[in-house]
Amino acid sequence: MSTRPPTGGEMVIRCLEREGVEVVYGYSGGAAMPMFDALIDSKIKFVLVRHEQGATHMADGFARASGKPGVVLVTSGPGATNTITGCLTALMDSVPMIVLCGQTISPMLGKDAFQEADVTGISYPVVKHSYLVKNSADIPRIMKEAFHIATTGRPGPVLIDLPKDVTQGPCTAPFVDEIRLPGYKIPGRCDAALLKKAAQLLSKSRKPLLYVGNGAVISGAGRAIQQLAEKLKAPIVNTLLGKGACPEDSPLNLGMLGMHGTAYANRAVQHCDLIFAIGARWDDRITGKVSEFCKDAVKLHIDIDVAEFGKIIQPDLSMPGDARLVVEDLLPLVGPCDTGDWWKELNGWRKAHPLKYPKKGGLRAQHVLDRLDKLGGRDCIITTDVGQHQMWAAQFCLTTKNRHWLSSGGAGTMGFGVPAAIGAAMATGKPAWAIVGDGGFQMTSCELATAMLQKVPIKILIINNRYLGMIRQWQELFFDNRLSGADLEGNPDFVKFADAFGMPAKRVRRAGDVDKVLKWAMAQKGPCLVEAEVVKEDNVFPMIPAGAGYDKMLIDRPKVRMDKPTGST
Amino acid sequence: MTTTTPLHTISLLVRNKPGVLVRTALIFSRRGYNIESLVVSPAFDLEIEGYRSAPGEFSRMTITCSGDPVILEQIIKQLEKLVDVVHAIDHTGQEAIESEIALVKLKAGIKDRTEILQVAENFKAKVVDFAAESLILRVQGESDKLDAFIDLLKPFGVVELVRSGKILMARGLATT
Ligand SMILES: Cc1ncc(C[n+]2csc(CCOP(=O)(O)OP(=O)(O)O)c2C)c(N)n1
Repeated sequence: MSTRPPTGGEMVIRCLEREGVEVVYGYSGGAAMPMFDALIDSKIKFVLVRHEQGATHMADGFARASGKPGVVLVTSGPGATNTITGCLTALMDSVPMIVLCGQTISPMLGKDAFQEADVTGISYPVVKHSYLVKNSADIPRIMKEAFHIATTGRPGPVLIDLPKDVTQGPCTAPFVDEIRLPGYKIPGRCDAALLKKAAQLLSKSRKPLLYVGNGAVISGAGRAIQQLAEKLKAPIVNTLLGKGACPEDSPLNLGMLGMHGTAYANRAVQHCDLIFAIGARWDDRITGKVSEFCKDAVKLHIDIDVAEFGKIIQPDLSMPGDARLVVEDLLPLVGPCDTGDWWKELNGWRKAHPLKYPKKGGLRAQHVLDRLDKLGGRDCIITTDVGQHQMWAAQFCLTTKNRHWLSSGGAGTMGFGVPAAIGAAMATGKPAWAIVGDGGFQMTSCELATAMLQKVPIKILIINNRYLGMIRQWQELFFDNRLSGADLEGNPDFVKFADAFGMPAKRVRRAGDVDKVLKWAMAQKGPCLVEAEVVKEDNVFPMIPAGAGYDKMLIDRPKVRMDKPTGST
Repeated sequence: MTTTTPLHTISLLVRNKPGVLVRTALIFSRRGYNIESLVVSPAFDLEIEGYRSAPGEFSRMTITCSGDPVILEQIIKQLEKLVDVVHAIDHTGQEAIESEIALVKLKAGIKDRTEILQVAENFKAKVVDFAAESLILRVQGESDKLDAFIDLLKPFGVVELVRSGKILMARGLATT
């Protein structure tokens, strides 16, 4: 037996094994070959995707569903740049991800070598951290640090750029277990004095509101938050990404707030006297016009990322820490608030403005999603793409379990839904519904091949309105219905498309057939696809126009001409 | 001349890694903020989180920039969020010692020299190059003092000016 030292590439793969990585998503290429070679001798499963962006969203879906970091392996230049959208998506939504990129040999760095790109440089704004490995002896330390950084504090993507000479040459450095990152601070528990102050503020409130975000999902704070709500007798609203931290079918839960939140959640925001952000970051989809947002309410804010305090909203009390630990520590300090009148108001709004949609005039996306929810959707993982279908799914598909709702919120990345469902189903073995638009589906639809190869239990539901629906909605409402670049003429026959991959598929056109088709899909063991041909022109309501105050919420189609929205996008 | 909001001086202790400068600069540039001056140099040995630093492990940065104080506070937090940044401190309004060096090249014949040397003496500036048609002066001190010095020299014909950018240290035992 020869006792040659491992190559750098082998060391990278061994470090992945030591971190407990079971699956890597990626695409090969010259500069990454030593790492691909090392994969052959590893227990790690490699999933060959059809486009590197798909690999990043699969790793992302894997991570969101399991809480474990997702891992991507790609080659240099275009392979690496194809991961950038996925890095942004993961960064914006605090998803732990490791992206390993091949790179040209180090003596050629900066010389426009074949497939060279300054990937570390390109990565800076879209990652939590990144490394260019110049010396194979650094591999064990960098791998250890990368996993630590990706998974701790506010999680995020870490990119590692690995020149081919570094991965091809020997690596004699031992594994590293100790991490030394001076200045990298991870808040954990919150100061007792702050907890006491929070309890005092809560005790004075008559109209408290718990506003729950992705930080609650990540830290697993849901149970503690639910207990807090029960103790305080306070309602809960959640953000798009906060769905599932606390069960949305609880009587204390008012559903999603913000631009397309439920009318009653938004009325609660408008009228509360205290709003308690728990792992939420006052995103512009939540606040609308910041100067008017909860103007007179006391604001409490728990966040593990102290840079969130005062970024958008200056809270009356900032509580740095892990959402679960902070809420658990707060629980014994609080008692019930006098919220009897508040609940009368809340229930009034709930009754006056339930989510609704027209039952006549063709098949409605809302009906399909409502039926999906009733026919077992709540027990599945749901991923979405971006657009109208995403908002309708958020409204009608209640999420009752943590890490069961996966949607690109911060970046709003079209093309996320299908690959994320593949990753989520692989991570959990659970069925995952990918609810996608006809536009976004086509951005990563090549991954149907990956789904078929991996035989994952994903169920793709295309809400086909033959438009970039959300764009059409904005143009209808705010641009005098002057449609521009919104018509998806040229769509393929989606059932035939699925068939070309060998994926069973059905189309539904009539409301009366929806249950049958959804049950058929529920019964499939492997991947399948349902295309719902819905009415072309439908709008998501309620809606708070971007940048407007909560008093400008449209519960229905407006009767008057609307001004162009002033808020972000 | 554009009127600017007062300059803020931010000191950073960073890990001496490739890219740390770009990552720092990006926090400013993504908002369209301009860095007015920037000085980076190796940090002296220091004790940090129970460790003695290795030589060359850390660097010091001093950045001056102008902008809305609320946004600058946010910038500081986002700088601190960078993995390679140990700490970032805005020293504006704090007791601190600051210093800057300037080299000034003047095209000056014999007849102006006495006057120039008088100005130089008043500012404790040193003549560091003495040629037939030109002089180079080196002056050190607070940035305002350098501004005043340069203004006085302008009529004599400043042909080149290079300033080091400001460095700063908090007074007493306060951390820089
Ligand atoms: C990669 C990307 N490009 C563009 C957009 C802008 N955008 C947001 S929603 C949307 C329309 C999506 O259309 P479709 O996928 O058909 O879904 P629908 O809104 O019709 O449900 C577009 C183009 C985006 N979010 N992501």
